[in-house]
Amino acid sequence: MSFNLLSSENSIPWIRIVLGLILACILPFFISNYSVFQASMVLSYAIALVGMNILIGYSGQISLGHGAFMAIGAYTSAILMDKMNIPYWMTIPVAAFICFVVGFLFGLPALRLEGHYLALATFALAVALPQLLKFKHLEFLTGGVQGIVIMKPDPPWETLFGLRLNSDRWLYFFTLAITLVMFIVGWNLMRGRVGRALIAIRDQPIAAASMGINTPMYKSLAFGVSAMFTGVAGALSAILVAFVAPDSFTVFLSITLLVGMVIGGVTSLPGALYGALFIQFIPNIADQISKAAPWAIYGSMLILFMYTMPTGIAGALRLLGEKFRPTRS
Amino acid sequence: MKKRQFTLTALCISLIGFAIPAAAEKKYDPGASDTEIKIGQTMPYSGPASAYGVIGKVQAAYFKQLNEQGGVNGRKINFISLDDGYSPPKTVEMIRRLVEQDEVLLTLGTLGTPSNTAIHKYMNTKKVPHMFLATGASKWNDPKNNPWTIGFNPNYHSEGKLYAQHILATKPNAKIAVLFQNDDYGKDYFNGFKEGLGAKAASMIVSQASYEVTDPTIDSQIVSLKGSGADTFFNITTPKFAAQAIRKVSEVGWKPTHYLNQVSASVGSVLKPAGLDVSVGLISMQYIKEGADSRWDNDPTMKDFKALIKKYAPEVSPDDGNATYGYAVAQMMVQVLKQAGDNLTRENVMKQAASIKDFQVPMALPGVLASTSPTDFALFQTMQLVKFDGKNWIEFGKPVAVN
Amino acid sequence: METFIHQIVAGIATGGVYASLALALVMIYQSTHHINFAQGEIAMFATYMAWTLINAGVSYWLAFVCTILLSFSLGVLIQRIIIRPVENAPVLNIVVVFIGLLVILNSIAGWIFTYTIKAFPSPFPKEPPFGLYFISSHELGSIGVTMVLLLLLYSFFKFTPLGLAMRAAAQNPDSSRLVGIRVGWMLALGWGLAAAIGSVAGMMIAPVVFLEPNMMSGILLYAFAAALVGGIDSPGGAVLGGFIVGILENILGAYVIGTELKLSVALVLIIVVLTIKPAGLFGKVIVSRV
Repeated sequence: MSFNLLSSENSIPWIRIVLGLILACILPFFISNYSVFQASMVLSYAIALVGMNILIGYSGQISLGHGAFMAIGAYTSAILMDKMNIPYWMTIPVAAFICFVVGFLFGLPALRLEGHYLALATFALAVALPQLLKFKHLEFLTGGVQGIVIMKPDPPWETLFGLRLNSDRWLYFFTLAITLVMFIVGWNLMRGRVGRALIAIRDQPIAAASMGINTPMYKSLAFGVSAMFTGVAGALSAILVAFVAPDSFTVFLSITLLVGMVIGGVTSLPGALYGALFIQFIPNIADQISKAAPWAIYGSMLILFMYTMPTGIAGALRLLGEKFRPTRS
Repeated sequence: MKKRQFTLTALCISLIGFAIPAAAEKKYDPGASDTEIKIGQTMPYSGPASAYGVIGKVQAAYFKQLNEQGGVNGRKINFISLDDGYSPPKTVEMIRRLVEQDEVLLTLGTLGTPSNTAIHKYMNTKKVPHMFLATGASKWNDPKNNPWTIGFNPNYHSEGKLYAQHILATKPNAKIAVLFQNDDYGKDYFNGFKEGLGAKAASMIVSQASYEVTDPTIDSQIVSLKGSGADTFFNITTPKFAAQAIRKVSEVGWKPTHYLNQVSASVGSVLKPAGLDVSVGLISMQYIKEGADSRWDNDPTMKDFKALIKKYAPEVSPDDGNATYGYAVAQMMVQVLKQAGDNLTRENVMKQAASIKDFQVPMALPGVLASTSPTDFALFQTMQLVKFDGKNWIEFGKPVAVN
Repeated sequence: METFIHQIVAGIATGGVYASLALALVMIYQSTHHINFAQGEIAMFATYMAWTLINAGVSYWLAFVCTILLSFSLGVLIQRIIIRPVENAPVLNIVVVFIGLLVILNSIAGWIFTYTIKAFPSPFPKEPPFGLYFISSHELGSIGVTMVLLLLLYSFFKFTPLGLAMRAAAQNPDSSRLVGIRVGWMLALGWGLAAAIGSVAGMMIAPVVFLEPNMMSGILLYAFAAALVGGIDSPGGAVLGGFIVGILENILGAYVIGTELKLSVALVLIIVVLTIKPAGLFGKVIVSRV
């Protein structure tokens, strides 16, 4: 029941997945458009968190700057749609490619740094990027401080199997499809040689190197792949919100992504989904609990989650599942 | 014949009889009813711009007190103000919730240029009144393309022009240094300023420096600006950095003619921390009454205001410029709702907002009147220059018409 | 030329600000081997405590001392109550707890004291030293205070048995326990001292940048960079790092790249330094042989 390489259970719970998909597909027709929009945002965050999983969970490198890759993906999508009239669905693979390259290139020098130093370097990236986006000589491209307003795409068909499709619903299905693709890509990557190599590098770097694993190459690759995932998430969020601006991608976003990943479960694919649900909805819930100091509630919940669920929500669910499963002989 | 005439007249009279109540009949759009009017708002209660949250707090207090006094035309105001942390995606999410889930009649005083840009198209597509935005960017005055959006603050661009024209008139050979916040707000002011200087901009502006909201201090910028030999300084900063700049300018022994943008001209929240003594001579623009200004000590609106926050929002300081601003916006909103009467459709609310005729907002300076027309949504058509004398902002010269 | 010197001096002044917070970061690292992101917020909160005391009529120096003692206790309490349950958890969990702490402190400060800026008094005279306008008396005084702190910190770790015990507890908790060191209390002490240093930093910084809940967020990044550039386990390095970062930032902004990109360029340069010297300029390079 876990998508965790470290567990002995490698069987894919097909029933749960199919049920989940069916639920996901009928959901938008039963909830308001606003909730559909929120659900789409959750999915895009989940993709970003998978990216962070790959880097931090499997490869053991820390990043406090993934918000920057979301920004790059989002702006790529926005610029292509706004300045070159490229249809929204074509911008996703372009954003993925560009973020992969940027991530890989960033990973090359960054891998000389370890632990805190890498954290600082990524933090610096997150802080510097909004300034770059506002840079006046790049304004013709990025719209500078004004940002770029995007046209929200219309659904290609009026109805789907007799159910009415509107812009929000259509974008939800679009996001859902991309989320599925990215999850499958992530699952395959981590299950295969790349994932094993990354885990080896994370746990026993010297042994890994002596076994012939090209450590620098894999570390940079991990950065690139992770940036790619986050870039796709960024591109999707740009289309959903229909607006990009430097203020949308502050350091706080990077910190939020990190928090979401840890709370969801660091090396877990469903954990990405739980983490995304947390970062999307908990601030709203905290706001309802206390209007005066909602972020104090949010911070307290962070700390509580870390006390009670050190392996994240996914880890806690797994432990719960093991308690209730009949013992096998 | 007579019978026919009689029946015809009777028919006419009865038709008119039906028509009159029909015209006075209450008309509602989502968010309005016999008993309440729902108003939505997003405000940065957290994050880098959280100092502005005071505006929302004062407005909430104002509506609370108004409800206790009976509301507007017998309807209570249900004011829903949500935190967006100054993050545009969050603003979009919260506004969608307010419009689609809470079904508010209109939004009031949403704050921040990027936040409002993010929802600008949405509000106009959904045809929900996007009212009295808490930002002075010039693009909100566009009734032709965005008829559902109306700003409140006097235009930043025009204010920059105002100072430029004053310099041209009083000090045509000035050497000007400019400090500006590196965002929409700062650039809007700066562009207006440059436009006001016209062809002489390039020769008169000898030095410019920008800063980010995340910068800890602006000391280096001030040092550079002083080092350029400028004798005039245009200070485009938000309150915290304005206080830092005023203080630093005096610390480095620089004594330029110092123009300060209106947003940061509050005596209580900027000049007092910076030091009243070093703020003497500052030039700015004013349109709202200041809590710290002794001239208004016996002014009825000011007394009401101070009593209000003492009772309902005691953590807010009456000297905070944001507080009186929020109060003024709330007063303007209530005026528009009063004008709308029982016809509380969104269309009518916008119509009333577009036909404000020389209205004296009680909290605005006497003589600063609000006027709008269907082709011009800019509320305040004149600006008044003021100079700080160590205690208060004193008006000088006549109000200048701005475009 | 005069402006150039002025920029350098201003850079040293701002650098002093970074250095004082960097010292607190070094303190917490040397005693716990963790970098506490909430250090800035603890310092901010402590400064608000000082402000409350001063506003209630307490004299500046009495409030100063009380605040140091109060923050020390606050630091110890936080370690014993909030951090202890996750002491042995993976690093990422601890980071999330720090982030939670940061957010809580910021939010509570905003709730109690509001977000409007407040002036904080300085114990130093208002007139500039020697009539020169290059630096204010307060900034000069703060640098002095930072140097005193540096000296105290350095002597503490180098020359006192307690300092040695703390370093041992951070580096090798198991062996330290075997030698009889109460590791738990060493960690608490480390937090308390870091909070105390942070409170002094806060009280020196607030007169310059004005007191408000978000006061430290901009400074924390630079302090972090300063500490790493100088070497995270070297107090002297951290202070020097602070000055270097301050001067670099000013010179870059004024002469090289303009203020619109100085943040990005400063950070790039720091990273370049770190790639060349990964342990910082004065940090100890730990060589592990296989």
